[in-house]
Amino acid sequence: MIGLTLTIGFVLIAILAPWIAPFGNADVVGDVWEPMSGKFLLGTDNLGRDLLSRMIYGTRVTLVIAGLATALSFTMGSILGFTAAVIGGWPDQWLSRGVDLLMSIPTLIFALVVLSVLPSTIPVLVLVLGILDSTRVFRLSRAVAADINVMDFVEAAKLRGEKTPWIVFSEILPNALTPLISELGLRFIFAVLFLSALSFLGLGVQPPDADWGGMVKENKEGIVFGIPAGLIPAAAIAVLTISVNLVADWILTRTTDLKGGRGNG
Amino acid sequence: MAEANGATGQPLLEIRNLRIEATVFPPGEKPRDIVIVDNVSLTLQKGKVLGLIGESGAGKSTIGLAALGYGRGGVRITGGQVLLRGIDILLGGKKGLRSVRGRRVAYVAQSAAAAFNPSHRLMDQVVEATLHHGLADRAQAEQRAIGLFRKLGLPDPETFGRRFPHQVSGGQLQRAMTAMALCAEPDLIVFDEPTTALDVTTQIDVLASIKEAIRDTGVAALYITHDLAVVAQVSDAIMVLRNGKQVEYGATGQIIHQPAMDYTRALVSVRSIVHAAQQPAPTPLLEVRNVDASYGGSSTKVLDGISIQLSVGQTLAVVGESGSGKSTLARVMTGLLAPSRGEIVFERKILPARLVDRSKDDLRELQMIYQMADVAMNPRHTVGKIIGRPLEFYFGIKGDAKRRRVQELLDEIEMGSGYIDRYPAELSGGQKQRVCIARALAAKPKLIICDEVTSALDPLVSDGILKLLLNLQKIEGVAYIYITHDLATVKAIADSIAVMHQGKVVRYGTRSEVLTPPFDDYTDLLLSSVPEMEIGWLESAIERRRMDSAGH
Repeated sequence: MIGLTLTIGFVLIAILAPWIAPFGNADVVGDVWEPMSGKFLLGTDNLGRDLLSRMIYGTRVTLVIAGLATALSFTMGSILGFTAAVIGGWPDQWLSRGVDLLMSIPTLIFALVVLSVLPSTIPVLVLVLGILDSTRVFRLSRAVAADINVMDFVEAAKLRGEKTPWIVFSEILPNALTPLISELGLRFIFAVLFLSALSFLGLGVQPPDADWGGMVKENKEGIVFGIPAGLIPAAAIAVLTISVNLVADWILTRTTDLKGGRGNG
Repeated sequence: MAEANGATGQPLLEIRNLRIEATVFPPGEKPRDIVIVDNVSLTLQKGKVLGLIGESGAGKSTIGLAALGYGRGGVRITGGQVLLRGIDILLGGKKGLRSVRGRRVAYVAQSAAAAFNPSHRLMDQVVEATLHHGLADRAQAEQRAIGLFRKLGLPDPETFGRRFPHQVSGGQLQRAMTAMALCAEPDLIVFDEPTTALDVTTQIDVLASIKEAIRDTGVAALYITHDLAVVAQVSDAIMVLRNGKQVEYGATGQIIHQPAMDYTRALVSVRSIVHAAQQPAPTPLLEVRNVDASYGGSSTKVLDGISIQLSVGQTLAVVGESGSGKSTLARVMTGLLAPSRGEIVFERKILPARLVDRSKDDLRELQMIYQMADVAMNPRHTVGKIIGRPLEFYFGIKGDAKRRRVQELLDEIEMGSGYIDRYPAELSGGQKQRVCIARALAAKPKLIICDEVTSALDPLVSDGILKLLLNLQKIEGVAYIYITHDLATVKAIADSIAVMHQGKVVRYGTRSEVLTPPFDDYTDLLLSSVPEMEIGWLESAIERRRMDSAGH
């Protein structure tokens, strides 16, 4: 419940950012690293911009990129995973070995290489994060679908003459939703963390826009002088990941009913 | 009281007014308690066998486990007494129960394959309880076990214990489990459907060895089963249970010859379907010609030269034990497995061997019903969607017309209204199978392959399904290929019969031809292994078999 409230809170902040932020995203409104005060609730950052306003806009950037990347990875990963499991044979082998190949390269290094060649725009970030994450989703959905694929009702559908899309979307997908939904939460968290890591290394969102990881980077020098500006976005990352994780857990416990039907409760 | 009766008069086991409850968690409601067993009392003398019989959910296993003071998965014994030699084991606490279980009361489970630990040798598991209770040292216990292996007719009793569970057959494993129970020389054994999962020809051997072991060791037993014919062979008295309540309790002879209650009478007269066999028509609907098949390109033939025919609107029963290739034959006919030789002729044209090459109409005319109805339906689809999909897929019927047709089909399978929006999980076992039948009928097929469709159901429920199938055959003129291991069903519904053994059809013809002597050896073995509801059948069947083998 706490997780759900916080998650909804973050989403609302992201949507309403231009209306609730007291100052503009990139406006220099005060001194460098001013302490928290009535005017600047969280103080100002390394260039004298209002930290609260930047946090609010940062929520938007973080959630949009991580959300789109997760959506991309799920659509791609699950459809390819299901199809591989249903068709089997050579297509399955090619896809699975391709995914193994991609997974064998450490994701951060892979992303660093790609992003140092390509420009760090939002679409590129979404694509890189989404494709790298979709390998994990592919693995999971292929395993789940392979289990369901051998059930008699799938065989019955094949005997009826149903085509692969029907089997994937109508027979397998509804029965694979539960593990996928909880995975969705986890993958979203990883996308947030991954994006933050990239931005912290300077390859993520480019200034003057910033996600939370980028803001940690901008303000990290201040920590030495006892200024908390770098810790606040870090704390936000932690709170978001924990609350989304709580929501995913909650969904999982509520819907773990392998018998199907309406589920328990 | 017990003392006054003297040592001989005191029953070994006495259960008084047993009441067992469990908490259920129905969807969308508050958890509530339900009564699983209500006010059941029984007594069992030393060396006697009491049969507990009833449908699934009757509470028979729960009562059996209560004799060990055990409640499965959240089940609580909330009332009554379980007296073992006059002492209530329920009052002994955990320590008391531990000293009873495995030592004085032992348990033989239905699925021996699941009950043995696959990573330990059989001997270690058989003597475990004996050693644990300190009843004998290891050498003595092993000697005892070897003696039991010999008594139970297991091969190479000296070395049998060195094998792992996967290295012996299902029937042998079940006997090993009986040896495990007997090894600690308990006073009472609870047999929980020990032969239900076995083939008929194996069942008879296991039954005979269990009965012999009971007689020789003087142990008392609770024998739980849903098959009245089986329980009649081994028990001295029978208790019929339904919905956790006692229906009838009496001596075996009285229960099967003069049942007092309607429910018992229904159980006794089960499989009394009358169906006049029809003669085959000159041109068959389906013809299987010299089909060979194997899996994964291996040289082992699972099917070897199969040739059978089936006429329009008739039933061909394919009978055999597990591993005889009968389900593989179904896979070949449906196109899931391409035969390595031979062909399938359907309505005078050769069907393509592979599923992907068959036309939509070919697929429509040949439908299939599965053994396990719960996995044959998508658990996330409603009954309406399950039955409606073939209508939409083959005939393009949509919307209201589809819903009306689904309702017609539901009426036809005697389920009526109120089921169309339910999920499979919200149906009983028999209803699920009926929905599967409706789904097959929706395609307006000419042939339905029924793969063991009643094997997982209780006798009364499966009787209903069989009657429905015969009735639908009359209305729709559909032909059935009925795959089963159960000869009693075959006798009831088949027009012609094919007996399969190790991938070959060993006997084939009309019902009367197949079931009239002279028999070949295998058919004879199969026919003589079907338990009959008659006391002493087991002994005479075993005796006949001995004479046969002596004569050869």
